[in-house]
Amino acid sequence: MKDLVELIAKSLVDNPDAVEVTQIEGEKSVIVELKVAPEDMGKVIGKQGKIAKSIRALAKAAAAKEGKRVVVEIIR
Amino acid sequence: MMEFVEKRGKSVDEAIKAALDELGVEFEDVEVEVLEEPSKGILGVLGKKSALVRVSVREKPEEKIKETLVAILDSMKLEYRIEKVEYEQGMVRINIVGNDMGLLIGRKGETLNSLQFLLGLIANRGREDKIRVVLDVEDYRLKREESLRSLAIKLSNKVKQTRKSVVMRPMSPQERRIVHTVLQNDPNIVTFSQGEEPNRKVVISLKR
Repeated sequence: MKDLVELIAKSLVDNPDAVEVTQIEGEKSVIVELKVAPEDMGKVIGKQGKIAKSIRALAKAAAAKEGKRVVVEIIR
Repeated sequence: MMEFVEKRGKSVDEAIKAALDELGVEFEDVEVEVLEEPSKGILGVLGKKSALVRVSVREKPEEKIKETLVAILDSMKLEYRIEKVEYEQGMVRINIVGNDMGLLIGRKGETLNSLQFLLGLIANRGREDKIRVVLDVEDYRLKREESLRSLAIKLSNKVKQTRKSVVMRPMSPQERRIVHTVLQNDPNIVTFSQGEEPNRKVVISLKR
């Protein structure tokens, strides 16, 4: 899950080196925290959160494959 | 890294042609830099110089998109195969097949649309001429397009009979475009969209 979110985020932002992703694994759920450079926030959120929503949709599908639920949080 | 060769020739054109032959690519796929202009010299003898060009192969957009798609699908650990990649008129169409396709499509195509949207963003970063990326799974979109087309025609007939407008369910821009396109040549019908995303709807109406 971490790899997926990291890959997408790095492909979208201007500062790929500033992308940090951490994964907190639970029994039935996964929390993925995504951190990007402040000026790249818009690049991973998008108009009306459209990009963030798309990233979450893909993470959800990948989690479903493992039989888990996922929460993707974009943090400052 | 971009692959490139440097070639000499009597003229710039000749040098480029030699480089294209060596690289085995077409002119559309390369960037050309003229390093030295040819000169005829005085009386065609003194100071005669050939042209020197550097020809670099541009990465084809569909190849780049495919690489990104493969990386994403691999990290999702899906079982899939990319069956077809087509690129024409600024549109890249990719068809994916495999065991996990239900998962990849998602509810009402949500996952597939998200992936398509993100790939489009990634593909068009820093590009001037925008590319449209269309992802399909086992021709899911193609089949939906067909059923949407026949629905649009059926509804337009109803509009003609009842002389009343029909408002369709909310649809994505791609879907709305299909309805507009299939009815645009009908002399008795006009179509337009109303409302805001994501609740924008196509209205099929009688032309007055």
